[in-house]
Amino acid sequence: MTNLTSYQWQGYLRPDGQKGVRNLVLVIYTVECAKHVAHAIARDEDDTHVIGFPGCYDNQYAVRLLLSLARHPNVGAVLAVGLGCEYTQPAKIAEVVRQSGRPAESFYIQENGGTLKSTAKGKALVTQLRRQIQVETPRVPMTLADLTIGCECGGSDATSGIAGNPVVGAFYDQLVDAGGRAIFEETVEMLGLKQIMLARAANGEAAQAIGAAYDKAEWYCKEVRQYSVAPGNFAGGLTTIEDKSMGAFSKSGSRPIQGVIRVTERPPQPGLWIMDSVPDPHFMQFGYTNPNDTEGIMDLISGGAQIILFVTGRGSVIGAPIAPLVKITGNSRTYQRMSDDMDFDAGRVLTGKLTLAAAGQALLEMVVAIAAGGASKSEALGHREYFIMYKHQETPSLLDGCRA
Amino acid sequence: MDTCFQINPADNCAVMLADGAAKATVQVIGAPQPLTIALRAAIPYGHKVALAVIAVGDAIHKYGIRIGHATHPIAVGDWIHLHNCASDYDERSASLELTSGKPTDTVYA
Repeated sequence: MTNLTSYQWQGYLRPDGQKGVRNLVLVIYTVECAKHVAHAIARDEDDTHVIGFPGCYDNQYAVRLLLSLARHPNVGAVLAVGLGCEYTQPAKIAEVVRQSGRPAESFYIQENGGTLKSTAKGKALVTQLRRQIQVETPRVPMTLADLTIGCECGGSDATSGIAGNPVVGAFYDQLVDAGGRAIFEETVEMLGLKQIMLARAANGEAAQAIGAAYDKAEWYCKEVRQYSVAPGNFAGGLTTIEDKSMGAFSKSGSRPIQGVIRVTERPPQPGLWIMDSVPDPHFMQFGYTNPNDTEGIMDLISGGAQIILFVTGRGSVIGAPIAPLVKITGNSRTYQRMSDDMDFDAGRVLTGKLTLAAAGQALLEMVVAIAAGGASKSEALGHREYFIMYKHQETPSLLDGCRA
Repeated sequence: MDTCFQINPADNCAVMLADGAAKATVQVIGAPQPLTIALRAAIPYGHKVALAVIAVGDAIHKYGIRIGHATHPIAVGDWIHLHNCASDYDERSASLELTSGKPTDTVYA
């Protein structure tokens, strides 16, 4: 077995001590009305990504998510752009980002003469910010212990549970053994698995948190009468949410689960963590549904994941801003049909071409190559889908640091 | 011979690793003893084939866990899917169109 500590590459050191695998300028818009200008600013700009929140009325969860993404390890600088009427405040976003030691700017489109003048101003600011972080950001060696990886699955079929997700699980075991952080989420896709999850808890406190997260997810699904299973899953051979759940859970590998983090929280210690992205009950009675894959991916990035693994048996084309997204399929037919989009064929474990351990190792080496600057397929194709939604979660201020 | 995969020895179904034709004989990889079964229907790649007789209300086991229950009697070699298996949680899924999984209850008018 290769010595896990031998993997090393150059990363980017942030003023707050985090290490990133990219050095990006992030343009953030604060209402749908500013979306066109934000994308016009970023168009044809190197290393410049866009996220935004569509609502005019603000939402504490969404603001917290924007602030967490703005201070992500792969982000070096931020430009926040608003229209001027909305609740969410671009200047406040820039101020919080500057407090993290990163350069940040903000402006309102209404105060800068509309589309063309705001686009020109934004491009000038992006150029200046990018130059600044290219010159000022120290390069530092990184190892697997510096990585946080998030894994999501979507467009799942029957191969996801017997090849795609187990290969991620094999990689996660190695990442955890090397001292890294591994996050998986989708507790609404763990229905029927409570006892199996509890048996994986690292300690009593973790078991309590896992049990509570499971109970909330089951209650939520029953209350909103919506289960996280879609037509493509059924067409791909999955018959029930329980069937899909056990396959999804296999991405967690075999190491103990240290506990539960919530959206925007970073794993406080190395190891394997569950992220709870399910809304908390409040005066709107949960209020919002679990909309799509991209929403979950944004949650994982908010947990500090520098790279995202996306397991898809049926096939998907999505990417992500901020963190390179690596697409893994356990279905070799899907890999061949969508070879421009798929990074890793985990279906090879089903035909005997590769053992599970060898596939986990091959995935690890692909992750390291991408961490070192190699582009994933979605990254090279320019896929940067994002989704920031209204939601409610009871969470402490991000400035308070990790929860005990 | 085409194959299917029994994930756990306690399972009463296996996952098809090929598109199986009706009446085809398939080998069950992962079975505790060497085992072949005859398919009673065409079963697509990735879908489940019954390895045991399952009565209405009895559990379907895959990965060694309960993934739902039988809504119709199931014989060895039957295709297990939305037409004869339902979730213990999700009430909608058994109403979906059998091969595509598309909803039949949403009004487009």
